[in-house]
Amino acid sequence: MVGIVIVSHSNKAAQGIKELSIQMIQSPVQVIDAGGMVDGDIGTDANRIKDAIEKADDGDGVVVLVDLGSAIMSTEMAIEFLDREQRERVVIADGPILEGAIAASLQASIGGTLVQVKGAAEECREVSKL
Amino acid sequence: MTRDQLLKVIEEITIVIEENKVHLTDLDQAIGDGDHGINLNRGFRAVKEKLESLRDKDCGTILKTAAMSLISTVGGASGPLYGTAFMKAGAVVAGKEYISVEDSIKMFDEAIQGIIARGKASRGDKTMLDVLVPAFEAWKVAFEEGESTEKASEKMLGAAYQGLEYTKTIIAKKGRANYLGERSIGHQDPGATSSCIILKTIVDVMAKGE
Ligand SMILES: Nc1ncnc2c1ncn2[C@@H]1O[C@H](COP(=O)(O)OP(=O)(O)OP(=O)(O)O)[C@@H](O)[C@H]1O
Ligand SMILES: [Mg+2]
Repeated sequence: MVGIVIVSHSNKAAQGIKELSIQMIQSPVQVIDAGGMVDGDIGTDANRIKDAIEKADDGDGVVVLVDLGSAIMSTEMAIEFLDREQRERVVIADGPILEGAIAASLQASIGGTLVQVKGAAEECREVSKL
Repeated sequence: MTRDQLLKVIEEITIVIEENKVHLTDLDQAIGDGDHGINLNRGFRAVKEKLESLRDKDCGTILKTAAMSLISTVGGASGPLYGTAFMKAGAVVAGKEYISVEDSIKMFDEAIQGIIARGKASRGDKTMLDVLVPAFEAWKVAFEEGESTEKASEKMLGAAYQGLEYTKTIIAKKGRANYLGERSIGHQDPGATSSCIILKTIVDVMAKGE
């Protein structure tokens, strides 16, 4: 099953988004939060993200949802730090972190492929709220 | 530059960043999230803790170790950006205990390419690149024209500070300040400021020639 990693500058935000994402799903998708710094400060940490990706990956790959700025850069670094073999099945979704995480988790829980799960997160960009 | 001088450079950067912590954070408060000084200070303090274990290592290892510390402790965009820069510069001098002028040009170039690849910014976006790119060009051209290291340093710093002034006049296109649009005009970029500080520190250590 495809895993999900949530990268926010805020540990609380990442945990909250994870909470909201797993609320809707039945099967055990690995949704791992990687928010903030090791000491709880605001920020992003490539090593922390790398650990989260490794935890989320059961072999089917991982879709990473990111907030802004350094979240993207740190995630890209984290992916570069992975083994070459694992690196190929980890992607960053270009979609909103909250809605994207919910949609991606749902798609993963029904057995979606890496491409489908990433696509589900990215489709959220187009959804208007009002 | 010898290995010992490189270690001295890193040590001095740590001190100077600490001294400028409030200044950098104030600049970031104006057009960002007010953490640049805090971020870099935390990062370089982590680097400093590694210095003792690096005394007998080659220049590449020293820079790579510093890079890894920055990457996992800075927290903001400047972490992956400076981290990548140090990593790329370190790769040029892997296994070496001395950095030649040619090495320094290559290192500077690689560092900048790394920052561009990582952050996808260009010159004129109001980032550290507005200091680093002109500084690199001045450094390179000075040696091509047969200048001494002293003169090249002077020209490099001149270009760096000119680039820093230039950041006051432009709109931010990357990073947090990008959200401010036109309101970012009139403010000096924090990352460009820390880049100037770092370059100045390198020059100062070289000038002492210890
Ligand atoms: N994409 C980029 N390319 C080059 N430099 C950048 C980029 N984004 C930000 N910077 C530089 O980084 C500086 C800000 O560093 P800082 O450590 O405060 O990160 P931040 O913007 O708070 O990070 P975050 O993205 O986590 O919010 C800016 O002043 C700018 O010089
Ligand atoms: Mg900042």
